[in-house]
Amino acid sequence: MNLKDLAKRLALDVFQSRGDFEVAVTGGYTGDLLSDVMGNAKEHSVWITCQTHENIVAVARLKNLAGIILVNGRKPEDSTLGKARDEGVIILGTPESAFAISGALAGLVGKK
Amino acid sequence: MSPRHIAAAARQKELDVVGICDHNSAENAAAVAEAAGRLGIRALPGLEVTSKEEVHILALFDELEAALSLQEQIYASLPGENNEEIFGLQVVASADDEVLGTSGRFLAGATLLSLADVIDAVHDLRGLAVASHVDREGFGIIGQLGFIPDNLPLDALEVSRRLTITEGRSAFGQSRPLITGSDAHSQDEVGLATTSFRLEAATVREIGLALRGLGERRVLS
Repeated sequence: MNLKDLAKRLALDVFQSRGDFEVAVTGGYTGDLLSDVMGNAKEHSVWITCQTHENIVAVARLKNLAGIILVNGRKPEDSTLGKARDEGVIILGTPESAFAISGALAGLVGKK
Repeated sequence: MSPRHIAAAARQKELDVVGICDHNSAENAAAVAEAAGRLGIRALPGLEVTSKEEVHILALFDELEAALSLQEQIYASLPGENNEEIFGLQVVASADDEVLGTSGRFLAGATLLSLADVIDAVHDLRGLAVASHVDREGFGIIGQLGFIPDNLPLDALEVSRRLTITEGRSAFGQSRPLITGSDAHSQDEVGLATTSFRLEAATVREIGLALRGLGERRVLS
């Protein structure tokens, strides 16, 4: 499933859409320790986190992630949005918890 | 741990200066300063702030009023209440170790202020902002944020006592000044790690100048 369809299916808010919205999402990773995400997230995964600091953009770029979903209704900081626009990192959001949205995402991309 | 016990432990370890940085609070800074002052030791008022990103930042000041002013900003954006069964009593003490009261705030929690906001607030009050225990994953800036943003105006990085200052410098100190400290949570931990400075006076202002190597001031070891 591509990121755009996935955002629609999960009713995600779109904070920053500049980037590859058609990318095929192959998995997900949930975590708020950026050092852990840098170590373990896989390419083309969607990253689910409550961190909104601008470093999330660099981590998403470094790991070539499909996009970021901010949970619990959190909004990206202005500096984060600016960097994401410059770097083409798509940032989405949900009022749901990390647990709930991870479960929903796993239902969509976890199966062959 | 109490003001008099901290002062006595600092004297036993022959420390000249200690920093008093309770989590998100400076309510005990005045009492420790008074108790330490009686023994000829300078206790700098400060806080260890937990930012929105759950990064710990040490804030150190020369003036108690500055520390209390930061505390006011922190308290205005610190949600929750303390659970004494889990986190214990948060005692406010006098210089004579009397219990003056307790704090019901969730001092172990995170503020709603971003890292950049916290550092700006510290600098506006002419304090020093130091990233705590950068070698620790939990609440350390690198663990939480993956790497230290270049544009963050931190005055120094601190490594925990698990590393020597030399090890800390080679691992983390390439781009910023590095210090170490005991992060003492009990009196027997006071002075387990220390940083030596060459200063003209035992003040935060002088420590700031030493971090930048101005004049003859230095971070020695």
